[in-house]
Amino acid sequence: MSDQFKGIEPMVYNSKINVPYSWWAGDTASKFFITLRDEKKIIGTKCGACKKVFVPPRKACPTCFTENTEWVSVSDEGTVLSYAVARRQFAAIPGDKKAPVVWGLIKLDGADTAMLHYLDEVKPEDVTIGMRVKAVFSNERKGTVRDISHFKPVK
Amino acid sequence: MAKRVAIVGTGQTFHKSHRPDVNGQELINEAVVRALNDANLKMKDIDAIVIGNMDHFEGINYVDCWSVDGSGGTMKPIIKLTTGGTTGCTVAIGGYHLVGSGMFDRVLVIGWEKNSESDTTGAITTAFDPIWDRLVFAGAISGLAAEAQAYMARYGATDRDGARVSVRDRKHAMNNPHAQLRKEVTLEEVLASPMLADPIHLLDVCPRTDGACAVIMASEDVAEKICPKPDWIWATAVRHSYSYLGDADYGRLTSMREGSQEMFKKAGIKEPRKELDVIELYQPYSFGGLIWIEDMGIVGPGEAPQYIWDGNTDMGGELPINPSGGVISCNPIGATGLIRCAEAAMQVMGKAEGRQVPDVNFAFSSGFGGCWWTDMILHGKKKPK
Repeated sequence: MSDQFKGIEPMVYNSKINVPYSWWAGDTASKFFITLRDEKKIIGTKCGACKKVFVPPRKACPTCFTENTEWVSVSDEGTVLSYAVARRQFAAIPGDKKAPVVWGLIKLDGADTAMLHYLDEVKPEDVTIGMRVKAVFSNERKGTVRDISHFKPVK
Repeated sequence: MAKRVAIVGTGQTFHKSHRPDVNGQELINEAVVRALNDANLKMKDIDAIVIGNMDHFEGINYVDCWSVDGSGGTMKPIIKLTTGGTTGCTVAIGGYHLVGSGMFDRVLVIGWEKNSESDTTGAITTAFDPIWDRLVFAGAISGLAAEAQAYMARYGATDRDGARVSVRDRKHAMNNPHAQLRKEVTLEEVLASPMLADPIHLLDVCPRTDGACAVIMASEDVAEKICPKPDWIWATAVRHSYSYLGDADYGRLTSMREGSQEMFKKAGIKEPRKELDVIELYQPYSFGGLIWIEDMGIVGPGEAPQYIWDGNTDMGGELPINPSGGVISCNPIGATGLIRCAEAAMQVMGKAEGRQVPDVNFAFSSGFGGCWWTDMILHGKKKPK
């Protein structure tokens, strides 16, 4: 390290880029979040052509390329398709979550697509693919994906 | 293997300042569905997709992947092209290259932006060199003001000349249901509007817009089967030159001059003023409407103000510019260049409805980027030789 700077004085300009964002969820995602917040229910959209049920909801079916106009309720229980364990407290982990944190892809009963969420009330070493899990709703719901606190194993 | 290329369908959203009812993918989907309907094609007919928007504007880095619900790109060849303000024109030229290569028969080209989702000046500032230029020169408007000041000093033009261009474009927007701002203004109103960066008043400059545009291009093997009177692409040119802000010739747009000369030479156009029938210029502020048509070779240096005061570029004039209302009326940046392309194509195809210029043989569309870049396309009714 010391040799490469011998005889030179490297000048560095340190800065940061700060670009704030406000992403519109859109009417389709908003309906999901409002229903989750106000009714503690999980809903998805259904493709009229291939009948696939999307949770998270999608306005258009990406394969049929037609608009999904039908809404369906899905279960708050589902199956873990896969998962990952974060063992370091890196910046993307919210402050209320302490490593190790488990992310699971959960396909809810009645849905054809999986949603990403936390698995908790379970030790990382006990998580398995195919495990049955159930949504735990947050007490204070604000209309975000974290109105579901996490998914826990079905006893 | 090289093929002639035509535009066979276009689609746009109804552009607004904010579209809280849709996310970016859903916004894109609206334009794509309209373009498919216009060409009477289905997504399965599309062989490849080119998409683009501004870096950092929505904070989504892999737009080509993320946007497939909107673009229809699921399990299709799709690439992203991003070149700042010129993006919309660059994606069109990229699509032209893909079809022209003979490797794809039908290519969908998409430009989009949700300007309402971020601090656009903050994002644009990242285009500038971090050591030398970024600290003292922020956003787009100050650079444009420097260009306008230099032009005015060189040729004696005034802020009234700029305002006349704004009055024209805002009047033309009244004919375009897709434009965001549709309100006629007077010269006095432009000059009385707040000064943003001398000589640019608020009404001299473009708004921030949410919108998307899609264009379908087809090779000569299939184009006329899809659309009996397609818009043939005669030539394109791209000039990107920028290292430091001090490199530019302020008061002249060198990229426009060199690109136009190349493009008109390719197409055999000797007198653009007489041979072009309509121009859709990526003109984000009024003074660009003076300076850049001189660099294009429509009129000589310093002659644009009189040419415009005489009504030549108004609807019904010798060479209407921006029948759509242009960028001053509507600016979803990543889509803006492609809207120019789509509007020019609609003029050639005779589909421009209330803003149609009669008997368009050649149309010119362009893209402009804040570091003095210009991309351009020459559209024609006849099949190129």
